[in-house]
Amino acid sequence: MADWTLFEVFIRSKHGLNHKHVGSVHAADSEMAIENARDLYTRRNEGVSIWVVPSASITATATDEKEALFDPSDDKIYRHAGFYKLPDEVGHM
Amino acid sequence: MYAQMVETGVKSVKSTTEMSSEEQAFQARIDAEIKIEPKNWMPEAYRKTLIRQISQHAHSEIVGMLPEGNWVTRAPTLKRKLQLMAKIQDEAGHGLYLYSAMETLGADRDEEVQKMHEGKAKYSSIFNYPTLNWADMGTIGWLVDGAAIVNQVPLQRTSYGPYSRAMIRVCKEESFHQRQGYEILLHLMREGNDAQKEMVQDSINRFWWPVLMMFGPSDAHSPNSAQSMAWKIKRHSNDELRQRFIDQTIPQLQILGCTAPDPDLKFNEETGHWEYGEIDWTEFFEVLKGNGPCNKERVAQRKKAIDEGAWVREAAVAYANKKQQRNAA
Repeated sequence: MADWTLFEVFIRSKHGLNHKHVGSVHAADSEMAIENARDLYTRRNEGVSIWVVPSASITATATDEKEALFDPSDDKIYRHAGFYKLPDEVGHM
Repeated sequence: MYAQMVETGVKSVKSTTEMSSEEQAFQARIDAEIKIEPKNWMPEAYRKTLIRQISQHAHSEIVGMLPEGNWVTRAPTLKRKLQLMAKIQDEAGHGLYLYSAMETLGADRDEEVQKMHEGKAKYSSIFNYPTLNWADMGTIGWLVDGAAIVNQVPLQRTSYGPYSRAMIRVCKEESFHQRQGYEILLHLMREGNDAQKEMVQDSINRFWWPVLMMFGPSDAHSPNSAQSMAWKIKRHSNDELRQRFIDQTIPQLQILGCTAPDPDLKFNEETGHWEYGEIDWTEFFEVLKGNGPCNKERVAQRKKAIDEGAWVREAAVAYANKKQQRNAA
């Protein structure tokens, strides 16, 4: 197991939906990772497509950057539709 | 239960004033029911306790395949054989979800498996009992998986994100296990001959007490409970879960037309709960120490599977390397 690679597994549960992260598997290569992910994460029709990505290839945001990255959008309420008040006679827009 | 008596290495729960600012922020997050994720800061004791708990849980799923595997070749019909194999494959899957969750804490899977083989890490006491007749496949699904569900449902809300998500997947699949087990017993009781009915009662008699022990010792004798509850990696006390299990199981036992081997079992009209007799904790501690009926056999079988499968893992790597070289050329 030590010389196997850790892969993150993403599954598209239905046509038209995004692939979603479901967990990880160990495998000797990406082809085997797909096979293992099939056996582990889709035993009951959970998916129509699988992606596997070596865990080491994923770059993620750091937890201590959370405020710096995401807080700036907090005070931009004008980016939401509800910010704009329109008279009732306009109807649904 | 699937994880019993998990050491926290903590003597008493710290009060807010005794905590560092990092610990305070961590505890506040847990109190607010915000999940802890792998990259968040966490106290070393929380990390170590979780590795112990999740690995013990994972080992239980993996060792739990052995008592059932014992009956695959002797299942009474092809239908039962297919169901049993599907259930065993699920247990392997549950073990793998859990090992993955454990690895997010920086633990190494090979090392943790090695600890189990050396007797340094535990798995649930229940899997050290033998499966002597076919009805045991029904009893395990109904009672053992039933007890597991009672424990795992609250763990879906555990504070550690990856553990919680693994539990959600596991719980979705457990209900099939319990229903298929109960159906095996119901079929034997309703369609079976006298010998088959006796087989069911014999199976329940052997598993009843060990299943109640799965929840772990009484609250008064659970030194690690307070810290585990504060960290929300345990959400209810052992006695509370055991009571919940008994209350939901007795009506199912009555529908089967069977009895529990407990002369003190009686319904308390006032409390609305079933009262049960004294559990033999000496037996529980002996099994945990390695002196149960099947401890040696189970560990030996797991070691054999790992050792004798080594060449397959090596061959897979050799093949992957060869393919890569061919593609590069």
